[in-house]
Amino acid sequence: MKIPYYPGCTLNTVAKDFDTSAKESARAVGFEMEDLEQWNCCGASFPLTPDNIMGLSAPAKVLSGAKKAGDTLTTLCSVCYNVLKRTNKVMQDDKTRRKSVNEFMEDDYDGSLKIVHYLEVLRDDIGFAKLKETVTKPLEGIKAGAYYGCMLLRPFDDIGIDNAEAPTIMEDMLKALGATPVEFPDKIECCGAHLAMNNKEVVTRLSGNVIDSAVREGAEIIVTTCPLCQYNLESVQESVGATAAGVPIVYFTQLLGLALGQDIEQLGFDANGGAAKKYLKRKGLL
Amino acid sequence: MKIKLNKNDIDSALIQQIERMSGETIKRCYQCGNCSGGCPVSYAMDIPPTQVMRYLQLGMVEELMEANSMWVCVGCLQCFSRCPQSVSVANTLEGLRQLVLRKGVDHDRIEDIPLPMLKSAPQQAIVCGFRKFVS
Repeated sequence: MKIPYYPGCTLNTVAKDFDTSAKESARAVGFEMEDLEQWNCCGASFPLTPDNIMGLSAPAKVLSGAKKAGDTLTTLCSVCYNVLKRTNKVMQDDKTRRKSVNEFMEDDYDGSLKIVHYLEVLRDDIGFAKLKETVTKPLEGIKAGAYYGCMLLRPFDDIGIDNAEAPTIMEDMLKALGATPVEFPDKIECCGAHLAMNNKEVVTRLSGNVIDSAVREGAEIIVTTCPLCQYNLESVQESVGATAAGVPIVYFTQLLGLALGQDIEQLGFDANGGAAKKYLKRKGLL
Repeated sequence: MKIKLNKNDIDSALIQQIERMSGETIKRCYQCGNCSGGCPVSYAMDIPPTQVMRYLQLGMVEELMEANSMWVCVGCLQCFSRCPQSVSVANTLEGLRQLVLRKGVDHDRIEDIPLPMLKSAPQQAIVCGFRKFVS
């Protein structure tokens, strides 16, 4: 099974480990992610004012190009997923805006593409039961907090990947890998997002709360689907309480790759100050 | 605080413009407070989400334009997610931001972003930040 894949700007650069570990894991469980031949940045934010047609043009251009590669498009970054899926819904449901965007792009895209997150492919196409059978190195003893943040979940009517208040898709994946998922109150709270650019105080507080909340409930490693969440959580490590400091923040595909037997050196655990490697070593997984 | 209500302020052209831009019907909000309760940044706002809607219902736009609320909103949509009336304060605040930005007034400048951040941050932070803060 081949699925067209939109990497997005961050996975093509600073979050390359996220991209490569996902592709390798896909092969191990039985599907191939094919990079779109041509793509541009999605704009990294869905325009919240409906009259902002300009903000829809970049993601609509991506969708229109992807439609030429197939009927389904998968992506990994929570923000890309959110922007592409919401834009696609506008192109599908809103005749007036569809016409404006198409006229601007000199295109004729109708919103018929299906946007799926990589986690949905694992859950709905492969199945977590089959994933469990494919695992060669069960992540025994790994207490992982699944951190969803905002963009993977909200707004529910447009995204609908899982229950927006109490999602379980990542915990279910972690269980299939043999790890022990740890529930924590802040798992759907925001990390501070783009305020990283000009409001360190807010990011420190919000991301700090997420880490503290996870560690308080017993998480020893935090798993995310978003490069900006990863960056924000990682960047406030020195500001959180002593017990929470240094907890590794990794992409879900890194743990997935490890459980599927990928070479540890290819998984990019070094990028997190080596904390993840030390933790996995302590747990006897390296 | 004593407020004199004026029909012209409540239904002003500016209020109508904000509704048109944001796609939100301001008077649908019945002030339950769920948005402020769920908002992760209401603590840092001069005027928290529930009150943002109340100020608009009263036609008090000027106070909102001077407050930091629109620049602190992260757009996480927790307010909308928990609103029993399906009102999005995040969309409303983006409408207010757009009012400023579409006049060509920037809230942030690239030279003010710390260099280490520019070097290490994911591109999406910068792209999104520019969409939210720069005209």
